[in-house]
Amino acid sequence: MIHWFKQNLLSTKTFYKTSSYFLPWISTAFIVCFIYGLIGGLFLAPADYQQGDGFRIMYVHVPSCFTAMFIYLVMAFCALLTLVWRIKIAAIAMSCSASIGASLTFLALVTGSIWGKPMWGTWWIWDARLTSVLILFFLYLGFMALRSVIPDHQNRDKACSILALVGVINLPIIHYSVNWWNTLHQGSSFAQLAKPSIAPTMLYPLLSMIVAFFLFYSLILLIRMRNEILLRDIKSQWIKEALTC
Amino acid sequence: MNPKRKKKLIGIICILLLLSGAISLALYALKQNINLFYMPTQLLQAHVLPNQTIRIGGYVKKGSLHYDSTGNGVTFLITDNKNDIPVEYHGILPNLFREGQGVVTTGKLSAKNKFFAQELLAKHDEKYMPWPLAQSLKGSKS
Repeated sequence: MIHWFKQNLLSTKTFYKTSSYFLPWISTAFIVCFIYGLIGGLFLAPADYQQGDGFRIMYVHVPSCFTAMFIYLVMAFCALLTLVWRIKIAAIAMSCSASIGASLTFLALVTGSIWGKPMWGTWWIWDARLTSVLILFFLYLGFMALRSVIPDHQNRDKACSILALVGVINLPIIHYSVNWWNTLHQGSSFAQLAKPSIAPTMLYPLLSMIVAFFLFYSLILLIRMRNEILLRDIKSQWIKEALTC
Repeated sequence: MNPKRKKKLIGIICILLLLSGAISLALYALKQNINLFYMPTQLLQAHVLPNQTIRIGGYVKKGSLHYDSTGNGVTFLITDNKNDIPVEYHGILPNLFREGQGVVTTGKLSAKNKFFAQELLAKHDEKYMPWPLAQSLKGSKS
């Protein structure tokens, strides 16, 4: 059955063709969520009772951190598919995700730092949450470095998969760091999923921004994967046909 | 599943489990170093040398905050609702600093268990709400 999947649904050719139908839908949904999130977060949501307007940086900080962690999870899953089932499309998805994840982790670190200075009183502190997210950033950079030094596709995918799988251990550490250790960073506002400790008027734009960031990731990922497929399969007949018509 | 793939999958899962076991043991052993600060109760149990730079954290006890005559020094009690540590600090206070607020402070413990702070950071919680809601919650509590 897996063989059938590989031959049909998961082939680079099918992916290239079907993904083009999704692109406009994902872009539209992204723009809608992003605009509502921005207007809602910057204007509609009321100022916070203790942080005033300063809390609004949350509308970039939280979604970028969530998405950065999610991207790593996707990469680890793709790594497993690459190592065990040798699914080509998974290896492509994995390597195209890395730089998006790195940029979002960087964004989370920078916005966190800008938020930390006025609220906490410091740009940076070596607490468990901040340090583990910095490690996530280094994992992404390490992945990209490893990817760029091995010229051969197969070996490169294999080595990168191993790195991605090992690094996945960092994800639960990031998530639980605020519970396991004493940290300056506050606990999760979503600890009780049914009853988040954010007032609804502030919460909806945040959720919309989170969805927007996930859509943004899928959009950029699809575009990059399509380019990567063109690069890898450049000599095959179907690409010549697809590009000429 | 193809036996070769099955073997590979089991191998990968075993390696991941072993690795996460090793990392959790290491993190557990380093617990005291990873903790950013001592809470007052933890501090009383810990063996801290006098003049050793440490961080303590907790809440500013209500009613304990006093400004000195020069206006740039404060004394207050840090509490975890079980034990208190008196703290003295001279310098710029973060905006969020007030009674009842979580704080993390770096400094040295004197022989008389008084803490001389060199750096004072405010901690905020994970709750976000607009002013009116916060005031109505406060009203319903008191």
